[in-house]
Amino acid sequence: MKSYGDNNVLNGFNMELYEGENLVIMGKSGSGKSVMIKCLIGLEEVDSGSIEIMGKDIVKLERDEMDEIRTEIGFLFQGSALYDSMSVRENLEFPLRRHPKKFGIIEDTTPLVTEALQSVGLEDAINLMPSELSGGMKRRIALARTLILQPKIILYDEPTTGLDPITSKEIIMLMQSVQKKYKTSSLIITHDVDCARVIANRMILLIDGINYIEGTFQELSSSKDAKVQAFFK
Amino acid sequence: MNTILKIPEPVQTFFAEIGELSYFSGRFFKEVFKKPYEFREFLRQCYNMGNQSLLLVAVTGFIIGLVFTLQSRPTLQQFGAVSWMPSMVSISIIREIGPIITALICAGRIGSGIGAELGSMRVTEQIDAMEVSGTNPFKYLVVTRILATTLMLPILVFFADAIAIYGSFLVENTKGNVSFLLYYNLVFKHLEFSDLIPSTIKTFFFGFAIGLVGCFKGYNCKKGTAGVGIAANSAVVYTSMLLFIIDFIAVLVTDIFYSL
Repeated sequence: MKSYGDNNVLNGFNMELYEGENLVIMGKSGSGKSVMIKCLIGLEEVDSGSIEIMGKDIVKLERDEMDEIRTEIGFLFQGSALYDSMSVRENLEFPLRRHPKKFGIIEDTTPLVTEALQSVGLEDAINLMPSELSGGMKRRIALARTLILQPKIILYDEPTTGLDPITSKEIIMLMQSVQKKYKTSSLIITHDVDCARVIANRMILLIDGINYIEGTFQELSSSKDAKVQAFFK
Repeated sequence: MNTILKIPEPVQTFFAEIGELSYFSGRFFKEVFKKPYEFREFLRQCYNMGNQSLLLVAVTGFIIGLVFTLQSRPTLQQFGAVSWMPSMVSISIIREIGPIITALICAGRIGSGIGAELGSMRVTEQIDAMEVSGTNPFKYLVVTRILATTLMLPILVFFADAIAIYGSFLVENTKGNVSFLLYYNLVFKHLEFSDLIPSTIKTFFFGFAIGLVGCFKGYNCKKGTAGVGIAANSAVVYTSMLLFIIDFIAVLVTDIFYSL
């Protein structure tokens, strides 16, 4: 449960993400999707309830333990959130250099940075600054920065919002190829029905702070419920 | 039940901000001693703050030295006390004018810069991105900046003081035909450690206040891009006010200390 004053944003929401699956969560603007995903990564604290990730209840974890869990979870922000004072290379090196426990002390980060950039098809952008990149390129670089820590779970917050239809498709294809290559589990928050159709193994509709309905894309899109149908019209 | 006393909202907001700022500074002291130490970022911040403020501080110091001497000279001449000019200028600059003017300039130059930079990072979720990558953004962004301003301000003040005294010498040399050696002999003749030490100590507090308020405003920035401007602007306003309060307390403490 999570509330801001009298506004109960999440009220009995419950979900499970299985290994290797793509779970899509859809909901109206202000339905609490972004709050939910931020609770999962510890950017927001829940008022009550528990969040278990890889066998650990993150609500009870100390900061250091949470930081270790975070190396196994990637987060793709809606606005990409690249560090604008750093080049693409430095953006990718930043998380890498801060986790010697996972990777050891890395003398030369170039092979890892190049591999991550190759995964998103942007190895030529290594020395560019974020201000020199287009919206789609920023999203790809942000995904590369997420991948560099080789996470087991990737959380996508509106991955195609603000992009043109062609770039959106490219990002969706990229998400699929990343999932296949790195064998990650993905939790995707989106309004984009096309994105959900292509990528979802399972879907949850978040309405009034609870998981209103759950199923495959076909099951939900053929539902007779008016609230569910509103998403697919 | 009727309310007997209703505290106006701006007063409530003011005291709430004081409370939040105190909590923020408490968090700084908690985090500053914890590992890992962000030494590279600290050095980068020191370089940025020191290097980028040097010219501004130098020009301001020089002009203050010139103007102060030009304006004081006629009065001292009336009393036949022009020979006191080097001592008067140096003591005034080192005790008060150098530190407070340099601190105010740095509040505008560095404090607003920190407020805008961190505010922009907050609204574009870069601080959240740092957090989810397993980095403590408070340590990386806030602790390093506060330490850098605390360390760099005394250095900038020393520099400004020296330039201001040189500016004063140029006026004396032009108008009074005083040599460089004589001028500096007169400067150091009446200058004591009791002038230098308290003023140097207070510059550390000035630097701390500039870093603290700039980081506080930027790190807690809200209301999107408009909030970035508000953060930068309010960082300067709050810091300037705080600098005068610190200055007053420092003078008071020094006075009590020397009267014992």
